[in-house]
Formats: sequence, structure tokens, C-alpha cells
Amino acid sequence: MAIPFDYESLRLIWWLLMGVLLIGFALTDGFDLGVAALLPFIARNDEERRLAINSIAPTWEGHQVWLILGGGAIFAAWPYVYAISFSGFYLAIFLVLAALIVRPVAFKYRSKHDDAAWRTRWDWALFVGGFVPALVFGVAVGNVLIGAPFRLDSDLRAFYEGSLLGLFSPFTLLTGLLSVAMLVLHGAGWLALKIEEGAVMERARRWGRFAAIAAILLFAIGGIMVATMPIGYRLAGVIDTAGPSNPLWSTSVPATGAWLDNYARYPWMLLAPILGFAGPALAYVAIARRKQALLFAGSAMATVGIVATVGLSMFPYILPSSIDAQSSLTVWNASSSHLTLWIMLVVTLIFLPIILAYTAWVLKILFGRVTLADVRSNPDFY
Amino acid sequence: MDLAVVELSRLQFALTAMYHFLFVPLTLGLSFMLVIMESIYVITEREIWRTITRFWAKLFGINFVLGVATGLTMEFEFGMNWSYYSHYVGDIFGAPLAIEGLMAFFLEATFVGLMFFGWDKLSKQGHLLVTFLVALGSNLSALWILIANGWMQNPIGSRFNTDTMRMEVVDFYSVLFNPVAQAKFVHTVSAGYVTASVFVLGISAWYLLRGRFTALAKRSMTVAAAFGLASSLSVVVLGDESGYALTDNQKMKLAAIEAMWHTEKAPAGLTLIGFPSVKDRTTHYEIKIPYALGLISTRSLTGQVQGINELVLHAQERIESGKLAYGALEDLKVDRTNDAARAIFEEHRADLGYAMLLKRYVTDPQTASHDQVMTAAWDTVPNVPVTFWLFRFMAGLGFFFIGFFALAFYFATVRRFDVKWFLRTAVLIIPLPWLAAEMGWVLAEYGRQPWAIEGVLPTFLGASSLTVAQVWTTIAAFTLLYSALAFIEVRLMLASIRKGPEPRRAAAGATNEAKSGAGYTPLPAE
Repeated sequence: MAIPFDYESLRLIWWLLMGVLLIGFALTDGFDLGVAALLPFIARNDEERRLAINSIAPTWEGHQVWLILGGGAIFAAWPYVYAISFSGFYLAIFLVLAALIVRPVAFKYRSKHDDAAWRTRWDWALFVGGFVPALVFGVAVGNVLIGAPFRLDSDLRAFYEGSLLGLFSPFTLLTGLLSVAMLVLHGAGWLALKIEEGAVMERARRWGRFAAIAAILLFAIGGIMVATMPIGYRLAGVIDTAGPSNPLWSTSVPATGAWLDNYARYPWMLLAPILGFAGPALAYVAIARRKQALLFAGSAMATVGIVATVGLSMFPYILPSSIDAQSSLTVWNASSSHLTLWIMLVVTLIFLPIILAYTAWVLKILFGRVTLADVRSNPDFY
Repeated sequence: MDLAVVELSRLQFALTAMYHFLFVPLTLGLSFMLVIMESIYVITEREIWRTITRFWAKLFGINFVLGVATGLTMEFEFGMNWSYYSHYVGDIFGAPLAIEGLMAFFLEATFVGLMFFGWDKLSKQGHLLVTFLVALGSNLSALWILIANGWMQNPIGSRFNTDTMRMEVVDFYSVLFNPVAQAKFVHTVSAGYVTASVFVLGISAWYLLRGRFTALAKRSMTVAAAFGLASSLSVVVLGDESGYALTDNQKMKLAAIEAMWHTEKAPAGLTLIGFPSVKDRTTHYEIKIPYALGLISTRSLTGQVQGINELVLHAQERIESGKLAYGALEDLKVDRTNDAARAIFEEHRADLGYAMLLKRYVTDPQTASHDQVMTAAWDTVPNVPVTFWLFRFMAGLGFFFIGFFALAFYFATVRRFDVKWFLRTAVLIIPLPWLAAEMGWVLAEYGRQPWAIEGVLPTFLGASSLTVAQVWTTIAAFTLLYSALAFIEVRLMLASIRKGPEPRRAAAGATNEAKSGAGYTPLPAE
């Protein structure tokens, strides 16, 4: 059977789909992480903590699948990216993993025991399970922007020449904090939709206002650093957008400011950074005016805008190499085969709408604010 | 290639996969048992069945959450520890993993929340549908991961691309309908159903022995006995032996399981028991059932089952052929238009993986000596005594479960819930299905060695370029984390079992039946 899309288009589609999955994760599980990271600061007693926890308890599990699917889809569509990033950022990925392993257990087991010490321990586990992934994801994205220290040999085996501490630089710390600010804001946005007015909501607003300002500042400083520091790469020579996926066949050169090239070439892409600034600003205004849906809209806009900015700025790069520009992975040299991309597209086009439909149905069933009265009376609550 | 990193990565993968597989079988089986119990509730509208469903659902939840948490590790670990593997076969292997996410994980994870939180928000039928979707999701996830695993055992539908230096899919349909994967799927989910049945039966027996919650225990036991009998028959009869005639490695695995060193005249006899010796390359004190092996594994009187020695000679030929493919590939790397090299590669491409076995001993397989080729050929034999004994214990347990559930089914049918020795046995054997399942995993994956992908990529070449210190760090951390979680899990499980079913809230519209006490705890001993 002939494949109705050419290789170049399928690569482009899968690059977009990878973005959709990562944004799907940030948009849904992002607020779960944010609420967990806010937990010690917005809730002062067990009932308040349970109020916050039960606002995300029934749905976080489905949200986390965006990350799992992101991993699986990158494996299937961008095997080089999966192979090199997960092994290269080995200990950092492990940290995220450990935090995310503790998180489900904390949700489920926390309230099974009426013991203050037991619950306090799990509450800290929840905080770690929210804060650590938020930070490490941001640090990892910063490292993707500056390039990871790997090289490929002629068998296309990857060798990585970095360490866990090497992942932390002023720029990557900044992206880490930006990620925390963005997700904390989004967490506050979710609480505004999902819990009743009261002390917890007031504290969430205070932290949300702070996170909104931090997100705007960090995003701006990040932009200046990308423009002025030696961050960025450009393709050189002939670019075969439909050639075999062999990174060694294309050439890259490091170039300061290269991550801003796309905005001159495709001005519509500016929409992403504009959203990245407008979102937190809107959220700030919404907090001041006590508009709840608007706060969530602002935090969602911020999340979409900031994540999309990273992807669009780097296009067509996915993971550049900082020690061997030749090994850099791009949309044109790191995908799986034409046939696999096509099959996976068909499967995705069938199942993604179904997933969205039943997720919407579940959200509808669970519609409504969680109240302290529910927390006291509903035996199904955590 | 640092062999210490390879061995440690294998250890970590085995630890995390086997730990994950402590939770998976119970999820697979218990989810469907919940569907059965809740269906009875919806049909009969008797409050007791709601109590029963909710009780087992609580235990399901404690187990499920760890399955999800440790499953995350599995999704990331290929990239973390098996980077070259991920590059080399990601084009094929990644697809079922991604489809698993789309088709299965979203389904089970989205609905499991509603299953626990939706009792008051959904109609009875609506909630049953949700429970069913959770069961469907978890069982579909088993299907896709076993399609991925089946391809590792029998890598059809793919070929090596010299431009991208990796395997690529050519026929997705045959990857999907891989006979090895189909057999594995049925075998594995059946094993999960047996596990859940033993679990439910064992805990119910404990309640009966203590005279607590007997109304719940008797009904649960009846469901478990019927479900367990069907499943234990399925797990043995539809075992995954049907794939053993397909590939060289599967043939080798069969020969190792049977400790059959020499090819016998068809149909070969089945070794019931014996003592295989690797040193002497023979099996001492064998007791054989004539003809049985040939009949089972080839389904014919004339099909030959090959012995280890003959299979090793065959592997030696393939290594020699693979050396030619390897040399040609090196030439193609330098000049992809070299037609002479391409012709040689095309002729020997099927054996490329066999040449890679030599990389354990020489950097360039083309320069390997005859002795090195012979050593590499013997590497294709998995550990014979280990596979031999594992299979016998696993199969023995399989037959034991059939007998056990037949008995349980009989007692349930004649409503004898007071046979003390049987109830005690039921409690004692609770760990056995887990043991059988773990042995099955080791047999399948350890028996696949030295291959990560049979005939295509040796395991030791698949690892990431990590340091020993990095892998030790994560092994230590995983061990600590997982031990703590296991401890907490078992404690919570025991506490929930001791506590038993919970009464329905009075506020939630008490029905007549609930008022009569049938749904309340503690249930009066009958």
C-alpha cells in the first residue's frame, strides 16, 4: 500500500504531535504537579490538605499518561531522541522517576491511616513528587536548548560525556525555576476552578500572584540569555528533509542567537512567546479581580505559550549536541522510518479523539467544586 | 563496551521488571473479577454484592497504584539503560509501546479514578461500564507489551537498513499477529486470572476460618473457584509452547528446557525429570515419556525436535555467514554505492546479528579465530539447568492449580465452606501464583539469552554508555525505594483485609436490604 503522505510531511506532523503530547502533559498533569508543590504552603491542617489533594485525586492518574505516552511516542517516532536523552540525562531522569513513583503511592495511601505522623510523611512525599519533576523537567529543557554533550560513532551508538551536576548551569537553573513558576501558577489556576472559596483558595491566590510575576521575569531573562549567549545551532550545507534518518549525514554549526532565527522567518511563531507573556499577566489580573475561570485560562495560556516557545525556537532541532555538532538530532535526521511514522499516525488519529472524548466525559461526571463538607463526609475521598 | 555496565543493567532491569510483575497479574485478574461481582450486583440488585465489589476494589486499588508507579520505570528504562537497543529496534519496538499508551493506559488510568470516586455520581450500569473499561484497559496493555516482547522472541516483519544502521519495520501486520505474541498474551493474562482467583479464594478462606464476614467470603469464594478453574485450565492448555518451533532461539530454548543435548529420532521423548549437567553436556538419570515432546511441540509424528549440539553447529554456520555480512556493512558505511559489498550483504544479512556475538571477544568480528567462533556459538545456549528446573516448577504449579480449583469448584458447588484443611491450604498457597508468574518471566527472558532480539542484537551490545557508578546508584536507590513501598503495601493490604468490608453510609439512601443488615460489617457468622 502506498503511503499517502511523503516522508517530510510525516516528520513534520510527528514533530507537531510530539509538541501536542508534551503540551498535553504540561496542561493537565502540570496543574497536578503544581497543586502538589503548593500543598505545604496553602494548607495548614489535615482537612485543608485533603481539600487540595481531592481536587486532583480522581484525575491525576489519567493526566500522567500524557507523560507515559510522550515517552512511548518519542520511542516510536523519534528513537534517537528517546535513546540519547533518557540515557544521557540518566540520573536526572531517575530523580523524576523516583519522585513520580512516590506520588501515586502518596495519593492512594496517605488517608488510609488516621495517624498524623503517617500523613505528614506522605504530604512531604506529595510535595517532592510535585516540586522535583517540575524543577527537573525545566532543567532538562534548558539542557536541550543549550545542547547535550553526546557524540555518535559510525554504528550510531551514542556516547555521553556529561554528569548530573553538569546539567546545572545558570541558564538551566533559570529554565528549571521558570518551569516551577509556570506549574505552580497553573496549580493555583486549577484550584480556582475546583475548590470552594476559603482560606486555602486565598493562599493559593497569593502564591499564584507571586508565581505569575516570577514566570514573566524568568521568561524574559531566558529570552535575553538565548539572544546573547552562545546558545543555538544552525544547519549547514544541503538539507535533505526526506533522506534516511542518519544524524551523521547532516552538518550543524553553533551560532549565538540562532534560536531566534525562526521568528524572523515565520513571524506567526511569535504567537507562542506572546502567549507566554500574556498568560501570566492575565492570571495576575484575574487574581486581583478574583475571576476564577480567567485565572485558569491565564495559567493555561502561559503553559501552552512557554512550552511551545521552546519547540518553535529550536525547529528543526530536537536535541543538539554541545560537543559534536555533527551528531545533533533534527526533525529531518532522527525520526523512525516512513512506514512507522505513517502507521503511528493512523493509530493516533483513531485513538486521540476517543481519549479526548472519554476524558471530557469523566471531567463532566466529576464536575463541581470540592468542599470541606465533602472532605468530612464522603468515604470515597482520600 | 563495559561488560560490568551490561551485567548491572541486566540486573536492574530484572529487578524492576520482576517487581513490577508482582502487581500486574493481580491487576489483570482482579479487575475482571470486579466486573463479574459488580455484574451480579447490577443484575440481582442485592446490596451484599455491592459490599463485596467495593471491598475487593479497595484491595485492587492498593495493588493497582503500585503497578502504575512501577510501570513508569519500565517505560523509561529502555532509553535509560538500553540506549543502543532503543536506537537499533525503536522503529519497531517503540510502536506497540506507544499504542499501549494510546489504547490501554489512557483507558485504565482515566477510568480508575471514576471507579473509586464515581459510586455516587453514576448509575449502577454506568459504574459497571467504568469498572469494565478499567479491566479492558489493563488487559489491553498486556496485549501490547506482549506484542513488543513477542517481537523480541521472534523478530518478524522487519529488516536492517544500512543507511540508518538499525532494524526497520517492513510488515506491521506480521508484527501484530506474531504467533509468539498471541500465545504469550493468552498465557500471561490467564496466569493473572489464576493469581487473582487464588488471592480472592485465600482471603475468603481466612475469613471463613475466623468466622468473619462469612456472607462475603462464601460468595467471593464461589466466584473465585469458577473463575480460577477456567483460568488455570487456560494457562496450562494454552501455554506458550506453541511458538517453540519457530526460530532458532525458540528451538534452543525448547532444547534447553528439555535438556535435550542431541537430536532424537522423531517423535522425541519428553524428559519428565533428570539432572542436566552443563560440564558433561548430558542429562543424568533422565526419566522420559516416549514420543510426548515431538507430539506436543511439532503437533506431528514426524516433526523433528533439534538437540542442543546440532543447534550449536547451526549457530556456528550462521556466525561464519554473519562475518561476511559484517564485513560488507563496514564497506557500505564508507561507500554506500559499493555494489559488490551490497550484494554480499544482501546474501548474508539474516546472519548479521550472529557476527555481533563475536564482539564480546574481538573488536572486529571479521578477525575472529575458529575458537572464538566456537565459543560464541556455545554462547547461544541459555543456562540449561536453570531453564530446565524453572520450567518444571512452573508447569508443576500450573497442574497443581488445576487440581486445586477443581476441588474448590466442587466444594463451592455442594456448598461445603467448612472443610478446614482445604481452607487452610487455600490461605497457605496465596504466594504460589506469584512464584509461578515470576518463574515464567525468568524462563522467557533468561531463556532468550544471549539475545536481546533473537538472532538480531545480542543483549551485551544493547546497553547504554553509562558508568558502573551510575548504574549502581540507581540499583541501590531502586532497591531502597521499592523495598520501602513493598513493606508499606503489604502492611496496608493486611490492615485492609483485617478491617474487612465497610458499611454503607446511612446518608447514601439506605435500601431495605441494607437495613436488613446484609451489607453491614461485621456480617453475622452463618
